Amino acid sequence: MKRNSIALILTFVFAFALAACGSNKEDSGSGGGQSAPGGSPSASAADTSAPASGDALSGTILAAGSTALQPLVEAVSQKFMAEDQYRKISVTVQPGGSGAGLTQVQAGQVDIGNSDIFAEEKFKDADADKAKELVDHQVAVVAIAPVANPQVGVDNLTKQQLNDIFSGKVTNWKDVGGADQKIVIVNRPSSSGTRKTFENLALGTATQDLPGSIQEDSSGTVRKLVGETPGAIGYLALSYLDSSVKALKYEGVEATVENVTTGKYPVWAYEHMYTKGEPSPIVKAFLEYMLSADIQNSDVKAGGYIPISDMKVARDASGNVTNP
Amino acid sequence: MKLNSPARTDAAAEDRISRFPKHKREEWTGQAYVYACVVLLVVTIFSIVGFIASKGITPFASGALRVQDLLFGRVWSPEGEPPRFGALPMLAGSAYVSFLAAAIAAPLGFCSAVFMTQIAPGLGRSVLQPAIELLAGIPSVVYGFAGLSVIVPFLRDIMPGQGFGILAGSLVLSIMILPTVASIATDALNTLPAGLKEGSFALGATRWQTICRLMLPTTLPSLLTGVVLGISRAFGEALAVQMVIGNAPHVPSSLLQSAATLTSIITLEMGNSVGGSLHNNTLWSLALILLLLTLLFVFIVRLLERRARI
Repeated sequence: MKRNSIALILTFVFAFALAACGSNKEDSGSGGGQSAPGGSPSASAADTSAPASGDALSGTILAAGSTALQPLVEAVSQKFMAEDQYRKISVTVQPGGSGAGLTQVQAGQVDIGNSDIFAEEKFKDADADKAKELVDHQVAVVAIAPVANPQVGVDNLTKQQLNDIFSGKVTNWKDVGGADQKIVIVNRPSSSGTRKTFENLALGTATQDLPGSIQEDSSGTVRKLVGETPGAIGYLALSYLDSSVKALKYEGVEATVENVTTGKYPVWAYEHMYTKGEPSPIVKAFLEYMLSADIQNSDVKAGGYIPISDMKVARDASGNVTNP
Repeated sequence: MKLNSPARTDAAAEDRISRFPKHKREEWTGQAYVYACVVLLVVTIFSIVGFIASKGITPFASGALRVQDLLFGRVWSPEGEPPRFGALPMLAGSAYVSFLAAAIAAPLGFCSAVFMTQIAPGLGRSVLQPAIELLAGIPSVVYGFAGLSVIVPFLRDIMPGQGFGILAGSLVLSIMILPTVASIATDALNTLPAGLKEGSFALGATRWQTICRLMLPTTLPSLLTGVVLGISRAFGEALAVQMVIGNAPHVPSSLLQSAATLTSIITLEMGNSVGGSLHNNTLWSLALILLLLTLLFVFIVRLLERRARI
């Protein structure tokens, strides 16, 4: 009896050790804590000769990357999998950040890499070739507004003023026409896609993390801190705006959906879903579903994004805005 | 087990003279289990260490970064032109929060251990001990969120600054490492020979004299072991600290200024940097530094344990 229980305990220990070992190997494979299926799992699973009707489509899609885009992709994937003709397809969405998404789709570890910024902005210099292998699918637009604590007494900032604040030249709100209150910068980490967008388009230059500034990783925390901290300034996607923070006008233009679509308000970015080369049939079906008018007008709008079809202006990877 | 029937006795006798008797088979099975587990464990540990080391050495091996630039550089701007990777602010931040947290937790832990073992063992064991053990079970994100919602606004109201910084981080961490310090101190005081204490009382020493002149010095190596383990845990804690420290990569000039730690910068930037880039590899170097520091702490604990045994 006693011997049996010892054997039982040892079995559990053994199983646990096996499990621990297995997860470690997964980690070391991809370097980012994500499980790494070899090659492109869906390509082999999918019936490549499937007709466009979609009845025969089956397989798995793995999407990873941007935390800003994740809720939208997740919500759409739930709807997608509930559709009759796609119920044999299983979609998994993992967070991890834009950089991780681009790296993993480039390495063929995932089928779709979600990103807040163009691949060309991440893969630079020696890595520039890597961006060329990726195909961009722009699925939504997100606009970013500068926000401040409601008590600062300012409701409009020019590009120069914002630049001075975020580069530390102006440290008191009274210098930009507000209350006598020290400015507290609530920033995103220097590698964040949202911060890159804000720096490129609103400030026109990259900034350093200043002493005394606060860096937070999630938009929810940024909103909480800007709302609570006297003199705080930060920036948030439109979907995160509420009455606890004051959205500032940029160069006199309010950050509204209309101003973004007409190109009057310049601080906006595409949400990208990258594939390596042309997408496989099931990935293609999912991307088309994402871009369908139905989804664009329901989930995309509900998530605080702007449908890609509403945009009257377009922008390329080097930042040139065109008005087709 | 009594073997009365002749048939079973025969069977048992036959088993004993066979080449693979039952007791030997059991012995081998048991040994195989144990060895397999140990081998898997060793392989796991070494592959983790090997993986972090191989990733972490890449920036130095490729000549993109010099070790002294990483260890003593004061500027961390991975996205700058040119990028600079000075990890001194993070090393300083980690050291400040961990040692300050230990300085706060050590007296609290020791006093609660004295209370639980010497002053009121009944109340201590039924109320205080479960309460402290409960602290160990609270997830770190809960500590972080509580710190962000309570400690940071509190510090902002009563002190200059925004409330973020080393002080907020240390306060949160001190509560997190308190169970480690307290439970090791309690064990040390419990294992103290009763004769020592009785001898001290017999010589006319008061309870307080016995505690601070006899128990504290005698159990000091064990207490320090608890403190070092606490510091080690504080060094490795990421989430709770990241939420309250502010994450500005600068060597702070005061306890109330936004600062960063090794772990907070890794969690903030790992997801946003591209795998294989210098930035990403340098974050692995920071992970390697953390690993080496942990090894150092383990080494110190072993030294202290050796002293405690004498």
